Amino acid sequence: MNAHVQPQPVPGSGIARGDVLLQVDNVSLSFGGVKAITNISFDIRKGEIRAIIGPNGAGKTSMLNVINGFYHPQEGTITWRGEKRRKMKPYEAASQGIARTFQNVALFRGMTTLDNIMTGRGLKMKKSFFWQCLHWGPALTEEIEHRRRVEEIIDFLEIQAIRKTPVGRLPYGLQKRVELARALAMEPDLLLLDEPMAGMNLEEKEDMSRFILDVNQQFGTTIALIEHDMGVVMDLSDRVVVLDYGRKIADGPPEEVQANQDVIDAYLGVPHG
Amino acid sequence: MLYREAGQFKTTYAADQAIFPIAQDKWVVIAFAAIAFIAVPFLVNDYWTNAVFLPLLIYGLAALGLNILVGYCGQISLGTGGFMAVGAFASYKLMTSFPELNIVFVVLLSGGITALVGVMFGLPSLRIKGFYLAVATLAAQFFLIWLFNKVGWFYNYSATGQISAPDRAIFGLTVTGPTALPWVKYLFCLGFLAFFALVAKNVVRGRIGRNWMAIRDMDIAAELIGVRPLQTKLSAFAFSSFYVGMAGSLLFAVYLGAVEVTEAFSINVSFLVLFMVIIGGLGSILGSFLGATFLVLMPIMLKNAMVDGMGLLPVFAKHVEIMLMGLLIIFFLIVEPHGLARLWQITKEKLRLWPFPY
Ligand SMILES: Nc1ncnc2c1ncn2[C@@H]1O[C@H](COP(=O)(O)OP(=O)(O)OP(=O)(O)O)[C@@H](O)[C@H]1O
Ligand SMILES: [Mg+2]
Repeated sequence: MNAHVQPQPVPGSGIARGDVLLQVDNVSLSFGGVKAITNISFDIRKGEIRAIIGPNGAGKTSMLNVINGFYHPQEGTITWRGEKRRKMKPYEAASQGIARTFQNVALFRGMTTLDNIMTGRGLKMKKSFFWQCLHWGPALTEEIEHRRRVEEIIDFLEIQAIRKTPVGRLPYGLQKRVELARALAMEPDLLLLDEPMAGMNLEEKEDMSRFILDVNQQFGTTIALIEHDMGVVMDLSDRVVVLDYGRKIADGPPEEVQANQDVIDAYLGVPHG
Repeated sequence: MLYREAGQFKTTYAADQAIFPIAQDKWVVIAFAAIAFIAVPFLVNDYWTNAVFLPLLIYGLAALGLNILVGYCGQISLGTGGFMAVGAFASYKLMTSFPELNIVFVVLLSGGITALVGVMFGLPSLRIKGFYLAVATLAAQFFLIWLFNKVGWFYNYSATGQISAPDRAIFGLTVTGPTALPWVKYLFCLGFLAFFALVAKNVVRGRIGRNWMAIRDMDIAAELIGVRPLQTKLSAFAFSSFYVGMAGSLLFAVYLGAVEVTEAFSINVSFLVLFMVIIGGLGSILGSFLGATFLVLMPIMLKNAMVDGMGLLPVFAKHVEIMLMGLLIIFFLIVEPHGLARLWQITKEKLRLWPFPY
């Protein structure tokens, strides 16, 4: 696989920074005749920003879908926090600490920014249906406690002004930011970002890059990032895995990957769009 | 500048999350409730109770229930009539089998039984969506009506197949049966509606309500942030059916007194309640009431204007009513899916800017 010496993963939750958080081994995924992913292995270490790049249709999104349990690979295994993962539903992956954003914004369009982000807190809210009916006592205390956390995220991402706006009315760039906020509200251990900057102008990209770095550094969140803009990838990521036609063609630090001839042939050298 | 939030700064999240964050809204609701609870009972007579208030309150409750399912959770249902029938027959069986049981508990238990039935018919919603779910709930409607019509146990093998409500009282005041006074019936139904409207409002602004809306807006994304689809949809079916069941119970026991299942709970009732929700506003508690009020009052006003006012034939007025209803449905579905509630909200936003509309 790759040339790095990997520290042994610690089972359970006590995974130190730099240890393997998620390991993908020999995963293959196909839809009928279409092979989306072929025999891919790589790992994501705690605390890093791991970029996944590759030309259109390379299988990047499919890879994220495998990681958060939306697709089930025909072959291969996934090891999460040192434990081999059984086939699971997306909401189970979510409850184990995996959050994501989507290539095409997937917000709850009829709800306000605040409600979208509050929905991300759902797994952490435990008060029973009975208290919910009263919206009082423990339920109200819980609601306010989580509102406070959500407001911290709102401040962090600088979206105070659109708190009460239905997200359907927001411009695209802000929608992407709200989607990041909703994922952050889950306080995930692993955050999967599928082209968080697609369709943004330069300024918006710079903002988003800063947010991603801040999330990684301030909260220590491990991030897997799909991105087409090579400048962004070089700036942000600690390690890069490159896919092409569903296969892994390179894996390593950004500079090393950038210099790799296979990668240049497959992706960097070829202008597309 | 009567309607403004200027100067009303929220200093706590609790205040910002209050049920009516704008003071004027709160006072309007309180005034409205005071009139409904204190003044109206002195004014109602038989005609007003039976023609206007009871249908309005009972259909309001049904519309509220259906709106939870359709408007908040995005699961379509054409089985409302059938579920109301479950509530009605549950009440009948409870009242005749346990004569000592208080009428309040009869209504609540009928809601509970309907909730169980609703969950059963909600099970397919995990697999099927939209049109197919509508057809499945339509099947539920026909099945339930057939069941209550065919199986004698449900109507205690009465010769006519009709069920009729025995007298029941609360605090010594008769609520059901022919001797019940109009204002008692009115207050009884109003109490249920007011209490459960408050409960619904509370639920939709908390975790469970947000999960319902998340499933409605984007079920895949909802699942990926940890919302369990089956549990969430079934909870909406249960909650919604509970309300619809109570409405069916009140319709039978308090309002009509005696019903024949194929007449009182036919598919027309399913559509009527659905139209209330659409015209009132999908995903709005207030909208459920606006829709119910509108569709209860419209036929009465049309009849008053056309038959009594202009001397036209009642049949003609009925036809106009049906056409008008159709037009309104088309209008709201195409132009304003959030219904009267949204129109009201727009008016409020304008009022907030008034007199400087920019
Ligand atoms: N649900 C699906 N059904 C059938 N084929 C699919 C499905 N999802 C993905 N594919 C196929 O798998 C391949 C990889 O798709 P994927 O979306 O993972 O690519 P990607 O690397 O994310 O591309 P892009 O940069 O365009 O987002 C494509 O050929 C695609 O058509
Ligand atoms: Mg993709």
